[in-house]
Amino acid sequence: MREVKQKDELAPEVRPEILATTPVWQHRHILDLDDFAPAEIELVLETTDAMKEVLSRPIKKVPVLRGKTVITLFYEPSTRTRSSFELAAKNLSADVISLSAQASSTVKGESLVDTLATLEALGADIVVMRHSYSGAPYIATRHMRASMVNAGDGWHAHPTQALLDLYTIREHKGGFKGLKAVIIGDIKHSRVARSNIWGLTAMGAEVSVCCPFTLLPAGLDVVQHHFPKVHIEPEIESALCGADVVMTLRLQLERQQSGLLPSIREYVKLYQLTEARLAKAKADAIVLHPGPVNEDIEISLAVAQGPQSVINEQITNGVAVRMALLYLLAGGSR
Amino acid sequence: MITKPLLIQGGRIIDPSQGIDEVGNLVISEGKISRLGSGQASLPGSDYDVLNAEGLIVCPGFIDLHCHLRQPGFEEKETISSGSRAAARGGFTTICCMPNTNPPLDSRATIDYVKSVAASEGAVRVLPIGCISRGRKGKELAEMGELAQAGAIAFSDDGQPLRSSLLMRQAMEYSLAFGLPVIDHCEDTALSEGGQMNEGIIATRLGLCGIPAAAEESIVARDLALAELTGARLHIAHTTTEGSVELIRRAKEKGIRVTAEVTPHHLTLTEEKVLGYNTNAKVNPPLRTKRDIVALIGGLKEGVIDIIATDHAPHTGNDKLSEFALAPFGISGLETALGSLMSLVHAGELTLAMLIAKLTCGPAKIIGTGYGKLGSLETEAPAEVTIFDPNREWLVDTSDFASKGKNTPLNGEKLKGKVMATIYQGKFVYKDESLAIK
Repeated sequence: MREVKQKDELAPEVRPEILATTPVWQHRHILDLDDFAPAEIELVLETTDAMKEVLSRPIKKVPVLRGKTVITLFYEPSTRTRSSFELAAKNLSADVISLSAQASSTVKGESLVDTLATLEALGADIVVMRHSYSGAPYIATRHMRASMVNAGDGWHAHPTQALLDLYTIREHKGGFKGLKAVIIGDIKHSRVARSNIWGLTAMGAEVSVCCPFTLLPAGLDVVQHHFPKVHIEPEIESALCGADVVMTLRLQLERQQSGLLPSIREYVKLYQLTEARLAKAKADAIVLHPGPVNEDIEISLAVAQGPQSVINEQITNGVAVRMALLYLLAGGSR
Repeated sequence: MITKPLLIQGGRIIDPSQGIDEVGNLVISEGKISRLGSGQASLPGSDYDVLNAEGLIVCPGFIDLHCHLRQPGFEEKETISSGSRAAARGGFTTICCMPNTNPPLDSRATIDYVKSVAASEGAVRVLPIGCISRGRKGKELAEMGELAQAGAIAFSDDGQPLRSSLLMRQAMEYSLAFGLPVIDHCEDTALSEGGQMNEGIIATRLGLCGIPAAAEESIVARDLALAELTGARLHIAHTTTEGSVELIRRAKEKGIRVTAEVTPHHLTLTEEKVLGYNTNAKVNPPLRTKRDIVALIGGLKEGVIDIIATDHAPHTGNDKLSEFALAPFGISGLETALGSLMSLVHAGELTLAMLIAKLTCGPAKIIGTGYGKLGSLETEAPAEVTIFDPNREWLVDTSDFASKGKNTPLNGEKLKGKVMATIYQGKFVYKDESLAIK
């Protein structure tokens, strides 16, 4: 168990009052939101406030991670998540190394565990990993001492995306209790959806999912204790009715090729978020998308660029949230 | 050197093949069971080695109809030597090895190789199962007649199903001439493609691709229809779902010649074992749900499921030390089988006699008489005896395994019920250190 740094150790640039009231921060790794208590999510959001303040300054740099090494290890291509993490680490004065790798059963190469042992030997304090296989960060953390930040693993989790979504929602809605959130799209293959379901339900929002049944993961309709309760609403207009938060997901176009959808055309017809459909939601509903957007497929260009869209704010907030997480992780290591 | 006869004294002798369940003595001399029963312990004038079996169960050596010994081809995972020693530690005196080796057991040469290595290095009897299709490729039949002559006790492409229904029909029809069963690993690979674990909320939570129960059941149904069509003997490997049990029950009611097996892990563990991405709980078919377990136990009791087989599938530590999706399927099961299964007896789900029957005379009946009388304590039969303590608690520690495969989700768990000695052809092939012979 690690504790947040004492007030007097803090860089003066970071508002200390945020951390003075900090509950014990127990996370050595950020793997998913399924083990985050509401108070811990709240702590991340409050720390993000402080980081956003840093980002508003003319010189957006604080020395809290000076002398720390952050390595980003991406087994999948990514532009925005990777640059967001790298900027976040650099804004905190960390040394940053970026690595790309490949995971495959056919390409016999260095194993994941070996790769991480190497990074640790190089002196990594925090490893930010994106991996195409669900659970890869969990396997990794059993064999390393450095902190692991999951930057997306397979279909499983994308906790930093969910936290930046939560932060963006909080900026607009003030809180989460009683909010009605709708997630539209390929829920089955979406790590963004899973992490958001954990985060939103933990904070007291109600979540509905809307998608064709071929893109719905198994077991959500059964009463159980392994996953939060969500409403399943296959019809988009009913799903949107009275919504405060609308989240659309990127549709991977290969889903059509694998037989899960008859055609992209029909998907657009049945599930695209259009202005007419958005009108069913509350007048002040906000629209999120984890990016990159397939314009006029899962979301119409008019909605993506419209007044209710917060897509660009999500990107900006992503840097602040990741700064907060790196800061909290490094905070206990001294 | 003449060894003295062995008197196993005062144990509870359970031999379901003869309907015996009584406290008594068993004498082994010259490799055979010479006397059995509750009569006089020792005959005057005879000099015995004496094993005090009070409080212990004495039963026929267990038979495993389904294991993987990995030799030839994958000796880093297991060998006939290490696997058969693991069998001895688990109380098994006969094990049947699947042909998914490299090269696969699809010819007389490979069957002969396994038999000869087993004869020189094996701790217990090793009976090979031959391939259904040449090279296990599912395209054309292997020379099943020659495999039968060479000593294969059944035919299977285990590890993968026969996708072609036509080839399955042909295999069944062709097998009729030899009277040997066709064993199928029932999995519709189109439905299970990419699957890593049971389909359901746990797979959803973990973001892993699921394998639905229907992937097994659809092929069970197909095979049963083909068994009815051909009149051939069909054996369903590792049954795991409630629906499969129901299908087999109905087929048996119709008189179709089908037998079925279930593994210790599918009887005792659920999909929840996978939580935390435990690659040692990654097995095919996957661990299912509590509801399936209830149906499987019901199936065992009713006789719908004839036997328990381990599907011992050893892998190296490195194989399993990888991303969940890249780790191979399989659980190393020979050495934990009895301990796991005894939990069902302690919970009142199965009687001891039924459990032993499913591990002895049940599989013996499927193998037939080609290798003599197996799974029985009949006098004059080769002395193959397992002695176990039903109440002894022990911690599973894979570093003690004889198997090279340490891949079990049970490592570190406490089991109640432990094999104390295994006798194969009159000789101890395993004996717990605490068991004294005077």
